[in-house]
Amino acid sequence: MAVRNLDAAPTVIELDQVNKWYGQFHVLTDIDLQVKQSEKIVICGPSGSGKSTLIRCINRLEEHQAGTIAVSVDGRRIELTSDVKNVEAIRKEVGMVFQSFNLFPHLTILDNLTLAPIWVKKMPKKEAEDIAMGLLRRVRIPEQAQKYPGQLSGGQQQRVAIARALCMRPQIMLFDEPTSALDPEMVKEVLDVMIELAGEGMTMLVVTHEMGFARSVADRVIFMDRGEIVEQGPPTEFFANPRNERTRTFLSQILHH
Amino acid sequence: MAIAHAPHAKARVAPWNDPVIRGWFFQIVVVGAVALLAWYLVSNTLANLERQKIATGFDYLSREAGFEIGDTLIPYSPASTYARALLVGVLNTLRVAVLGILLATILGTLIGVGRLSPNWLLSRLCEWYVELFRNVPLLLWLFLIYKVISDAFPGPRQAISLLWSSVFLSNRGLYFPVPVAHDVHRWMGVGLLVGIAAAWGIHRWAKARQAATGQPFPSIIAGAAAIVGVPILVWLLGGAPLDFSVPALKGFNFEGGTVIQPEFTALLVGLVVYTSAFVAEIVRSGILALHKGQSEAAYSLGLTRGQAMRLVLLPQALRVIVPPMTSQYLNITKNSSLAIAIGYPDLVASVNVTINQTGQAVENVLIIMAAYLSVSLSISLFMNWYNRQIALKER
Repeated sequence: MAVRNLDAAPTVIELDQVNKWYGQFHVLTDIDLQVKQSEKIVICGPSGSGKSTLIRCINRLEEHQAGTIAVSVDGRRIELTSDVKNVEAIRKEVGMVFQSFNLFPHLTILDNLTLAPIWVKKMPKKEAEDIAMGLLRRVRIPEQAQKYPGQLSGGQQQRVAIARALCMRPQIMLFDEPTSALDPEMVKEVLDVMIELAGEGMTMLVVTHEMGFARSVADRVIFMDRGEIVEQGPPTEFFANPRNERTRTFLSQILHH
Repeated sequence: MAIAHAPHAKARVAPWNDPVIRGWFFQIVVVGAVALLAWYLVSNTLANLERQKIATGFDYLSREAGFEIGDTLIPYSPASTYARALLVGVLNTLRVAVLGILLATILGTLIGVGRLSPNWLLSRLCEWYVELFRNVPLLLWLFLIYKVISDAFPGPRQAISLLWSSVFLSNRGLYFPVPVAHDVHRWMGVGLLVGIAAAWGIHRWAKARQAATGQPFPSIIAGAAAIVGVPILVWLLGGAPLDFSVPALKGFNFEGGTVIQPEFTALLVGLVVYTSAFVAEIVRSGILALHKGQSEAAYSLGLTRGQAMRLVLLPQALRVIVPPMTSQYLNITKNSSLAIAIGYPDLVASVNVTINQTGQAVENVLIIMAAYLSVSLSISLFMNWYNRQIALKER
């Protein structure tokens, strides 16, 4: 990746001593994390380590119970509280892509994309459709606009899901294992779109096991285990000399073949 | 491995082992048995009726009925024919069934959605409502509601009078004034149609405006205003005739005005509360059947809870909801025959009296079956058509 000076960039996401429990189970323990504008972060770790929960806390699909999470929206720092207005303001700026696509099966691809701009941003339909078609061209499936999600392959659906999130013009994108539910031959087409997006300067938090993607795109790789951030660093360093024993074990498990 | 190729020529099969011949054989046997049974029953019945000197045929329909019906939608007197008495019964059944379906759907949907609310009190209240009403037989609810109406409210002489003695609530029902017939009413009817057309136009315009500018328009309120407003305007232009037939106590009951009778109220309320409990569960299960990712995706795009429910969840839940909902609509229609327990003159009541007076049970039962069957089949056909309209397109 091109060398960018992230230190000079403003902080757009700030997590301070975030804790979360599911009943007795401590899913997130004292999480501290600052994300700079345009920074790309890959979060990895064994299943149940809390990595999905962490990014789902950022747009409040999950509620954290202690600590603070703040997102900067148009230079204004908004803290995630139970205030619905704050939550909605943050969700408008934070796009999310899910492991299982979660397209709306009763709407056409085009309507999937324009639903939120029309109802949340009160955008004229024509304008929303123009933006949507532009995005569908970017993810290379403009010809599918009038079809329904059930008629598309998994890879195509996930590209639509990315375009749907982008249609709200978010400043930050969260990816929750975007390629885990895909057949192997479709992983690349989705990763290509994500790499392009990264090249355009989007701030991205990606939960994934695609270490190749982490190597080529990430500014920082974070390893989580049992609800804690165990180790983090630039990919070169992270993959070459992992300092922690748990990181080494994990990397040997996923990289040995 | 040496497997001999099967010869291309069809192997000779004994006829009793040939599946095609077997299939035909058994179908012919079954159809023949059913036909034989039907013939036996019909000919036996006819022979027995003949022996007991009971007339057959539908001639009685044109004879004078000679009995009163307490609650009629069309003009009817004891001098009317049996056919008309049956028609009054059919219309009464349809009235309670159609209103019941409408109200049970609205109430049930609200309760079903309410049960999913994050508000603890609301969701508990809705849960109790469902458990209370669906776990007691409908017949008992009807008895209870009718008893409450006829005992809790005073007799006509002590009737609760409301709105400057124009509306009276008593155990004889709710009496209220109606306008005396006037030519302007016909034009108000035309005005209503114009209002409905205007509401549709407003809805179209609001959609177009939102598409063009992004600004939503309160088209439901504006449309309702048009539907109510245009007839009122026509009424004002027509000189605003204000002659009302006001109910007044004459002897032991009220005269004038019109009345919603307690039997009708009890049956309608009973059917609605009982069925809405089932409808609520159907709506709730329809929404819960959706993958959790659907609501998460909607929220992550910034949609509010209400928008997510209206634009994403309910349209999809409908697919799951419609088939069992059809069954509930059919149940309301058929359960309305419990009217007989509280004396609402529905189809069953008309038929019962007719059987007693004419003795022609077979014909009357055939009529009642045909009536319920055609109503039920109409509902089924409509709902199946609707179900196909909302089906998901895949592959």
